[in-house]
Amino acid sequence: MNEQNRNYPEGSAFYSELRKRYLTATIWQTLFLSALVIAVVSLTALIYNVLDGAFGYVAFEYKNDPAEFTPTPIHELTKEELLVILKEGLSSGAYNKLDNEQKMEKRSQSELYILFLERLLQIDTKATWSMTDSLTRGDEIRAEVAEKYPDAELEFRSWLTPQFLTTPMSSKAEFAGVRTAVLGSLWLVGIAILFALPVGVGAAVYLQEYAPKNWLTNIIQTNINNLAGVPSIVYGMLGLAVFVRLLETLTSGAAFGVTDSNGRTVLSAGLTMGILVLPLMIINAQEAIKAVPDSLRQAAFGVGATRWQTVWYHVLPNALPGIMTGSILAISRTLGETAPLIVVGASTFISLDPDSPFSKFTALPIQIYQWTTRPQAEFHAIAASAIIVLLVLLLSLNATAILLRNRFQRRW
Amino acid sequence: MKEETLNIKPMETRGFRQFNLKKKLRISEALIQGLLFFAGILSIFVTVAIVYELGKEALLFFNDPDVTLGKFFGTTKWQPGIGQYGIWALVSATLTTSSIAILIALPLGLASAVYLSEYATQKMRSILKPILEILAGIPTVVYGYFALLFVTPILKTIFKDGIQVYNMLSAGLVMGIMILPLIASMSEDALSAVPRSLREGAYAMGATKLETSLQVVLPAALSGIGAAVIVGISRAVGETMIVAVAAGAGPNFSFNPLDAAETMTGHIARISGGDLSYNTIDYTSLFAIALMLFLVTLVLNLISQWVVNKFREQYE
Amino acid sequence: MENINYAIETNDLSIHYGSFTAVKGVNMKVERQKITAIIGPSGCGKSTLLRAFNRMNDFVPGCHVTGKLLLDNQNLYGKDVDPVEVRRKIGMVFQKPNPFPKSIYENIAWGARINGFKGKMDELVEQSLRSAALWDEVKDKLQQSAYALSGGQQQRLCIARTIAIQPEIILMDEPASALDPISTLRIEELMQELKKNYTIIIVTHNMQQAARASDYTAMMMIDDQRAGGVIEFDDTKTIFTRPGDKRTEDYVTGRFG
Repeated sequence: MNEQNRNYPEGSAFYSELRKRYLTATIWQTLFLSALVIAVVSLTALIYNVLDGAFGYVAFEYKNDPAEFTPTPIHELTKEELLVILKEGLSSGAYNKLDNEQKMEKRSQSELYILFLERLLQIDTKATWSMTDSLTRGDEIRAEVAEKYPDAELEFRSWLTPQFLTTPMSSKAEFAGVRTAVLGSLWLVGIAILFALPVGVGAAVYLQEYAPKNWLTNIIQTNINNLAGVPSIVYGMLGLAVFVRLLETLTSGAAFGVTDSNGRTVLSAGLTMGILVLPLMIINAQEAIKAVPDSLRQAAFGVGATRWQTVWYHVLPNALPGIMTGSILAISRTLGETAPLIVVGASTFISLDPDSPFSKFTALPIQIYQWTTRPQAEFHAIAASAIIVLLVLLLSLNATAILLRNRFQRRW
Repeated sequence: MKEETLNIKPMETRGFRQFNLKKKLRISEALIQGLLFFAGILSIFVTVAIVYELGKEALLFFNDPDVTLGKFFGTTKWQPGIGQYGIWALVSATLTTSSIAILIALPLGLASAVYLSEYATQKMRSILKPILEILAGIPTVVYGYFALLFVTPILKTIFKDGIQVYNMLSAGLVMGIMILPLIASMSEDALSAVPRSLREGAYAMGATKLETSLQVVLPAALSGIGAAVIVGISRAVGETMIVAVAAGAGPNFSFNPLDAAETMTGHIARISGGDLSYNTIDYTSLFAIALMLFLVTLVLNLISQWVVNKFREQYE
Repeated sequence: MENINYAIETNDLSIHYGSFTAVKGVNMKVERQKITAIIGPSGCGKSTLLRAFNRMNDFVPGCHVTGKLLLDNQNLYGKDVDPVEVRRKIGMVFQKPNPFPKSIYENIAWGARINGFKGKMDELVEQSLRSAALWDEVKDKLQQSAYALSGGQQQRLCIARTIAIQPEIILMDEPASALDPISTLRIEELMQELKKNYTIIIVTHNMQQAARASDYTAMMMIDDQRAGGVIEFDDTKTIFTRPGDKRTEDYVTGRFG
């Protein structure tokens, strides 16, 4: 034994080796932590990148001189003055068309002002700068604009405005909004949840409460887990083949007397999304149902309840918070998914609000995709604004989910 | 309610009663059970529909006299419109971007998981985990924006003219960041599932925290981590928007990350987003690609589930 | 040099979880190359006390220790003491066998390697397995997973890996509670063998085991504040035949509770 003891470093030898071991430990720990730091930095960079794009200097020119229309500085125009200017400036055909869409008198000052800029002054964006550039290189930018675009005005603009939320699409970035896209996304969420919630909860109830332990149940369970991992674009192809093409008479509304559409409707896309989020819905509902303790079921059975009565009056009410959290996750997924929508044929340019399941549609992520892939910088700016809208929507949804979880979470 | 209780007669006055304990047919119960069963089985229909629809169109594609398996797997140019059917033009880009993504996400995700599970205090965890959750919840189209308008310009200043505006490196890097939280959280689950007694055993041998984490806990969680990596690969292969925005628009047989190239998913998105008429070779070829994607991810997912189940058995 | 015969000494040692005191005021002197048993009813802090001896309680959030725990006149809870070094000197065998998910060979070699073992590894593995009376059963399957062994074999493997790093003291936390009677007997025989070279402290709820296997016995009991303490510490024979405390007598004769 003593012989062997010499094979281990003792005393100071041990300590010097221990110091080396601790040094290695510290180095590795730093590496582990830096991985997380990289994650945090990435998230920060992403958010900064989006904010950076949505605000900043814009150099623009008016094709027509404001002085031709009014002597007052255009920022100070009142609603009445704008009405007069528009009536005079626009051709009567164009004016009547606008009036038919929405009574001119009923429009707000800011809406009329945008019409004035768009139709009469014909604003033309020459260049845009990011927020960082605008804040740090203000003088350079002013010099550059003065040199390159002597007629242009320079303005610090937030591309994200209340109008951005309420105006429909436009081919000019300055006047484009996400109204149709947000409405399209809401339609998608509605249709997807209407399909996935009952079916998903039903499937979860079946698997947790009814299904016998046999090969079929096993296959169903494995299949659900697998479907959860199928790439979303494959669901898009399924939607294209089944809802857009195969069931076109139903999804285009032709069977219900709608004549002016093909299968590429919000209904097709919504159902595709419903199928896409179904596995997520089922798995979450299963977890929620699993968490309801057996004693509760036994108590219900003990007073002579049938299985369905037990499920309906005891299991489901107690699983509800979990099911709601799952639904919110499904809604988030529906809001953010892009690829399947491209495949089932989201329209890229639509200025009419979707008003029925058989409408053509666009969605928030589709617009972000479209605008991001445009070469012009002003479209990147509105893409960034649309991203902010989308992220705020998602964050508030997730916050709701967390609140729900904390509020209703029960410890058994 | 009250009346009913009052109506219960004392036992001796109830008279002779015969219990009928025979099975009763409860129609509504049976109906509901039928509906629930249908909801449960629907997911099978979905899989069958995917396989059938993709398979049907893909078969049309392969039945085209011009398309041969030799051309499909043996050549490197993809342009079905003009008779070029070399899938490698798309697969190369999928492989390149996915490899970059995994190369980023695996070490970072694993290191994050080890830190969260073995080192972080409760307080740090409560700050760091939500950040990972937020990262995981950001829609991929937003990552696409980030890749094209943040990462690509940075790469441009590093590589100057050596890199194209659309390139696989940027898409792959950002995809790595996207997959990082997935690998981190799955690996952390696997690490946390390693029983405490194993850690204590190592500490009792005079091991430092690092030696315990890396040489005892990590190997014990290896299969769970393996499953995480496989799911990560499957996500990378199926990811569409980042590559559609940032990697390039046009098939290009290249493994050079600085080149522009189109992945399988990116190609489907671009072609189906345009004017696509049914019954053309362009249309059916997309289904052939989608079928390949489906099969690859299916196999990956099955393997990962199998690995996870094995792992669970080990400690139960 | 009056304490030359003592491997470890506690001096008013108390263990706290946050504001709750789990073990209070323990004073004991553990003799070298003897087996000291700690007995007492469940929840009296036996394991907590044992885990304090090699600072395993460091990993429990909120746990701290007051008083002194002396090894060679050094307080193990002193500021400049390294817990890794403490555990290297004071090994531990746990309630449930917890071999590492590695081969039988690696289970033993790993601890030696991290502690800078410079000799011949094969010899060390063989010698440790022999000391743990396991060599003959596993010599042909050293590269197999340790999980393939039976529970009793796994526990002896855990003892072997502890012996391999040459500690001064071996702590055993109910090492046979998860084992069948035959495996238990083998572990007890092994302990008698091991005490020639090591000091052993064992926690057990099995009084026959304490009576059979140990030289000294510490009896623990909780007080009215639910803090555990050593109420009697003497040689095993005295504890089991002429206990000084009524509660000990009740406990060892089975009248407790």
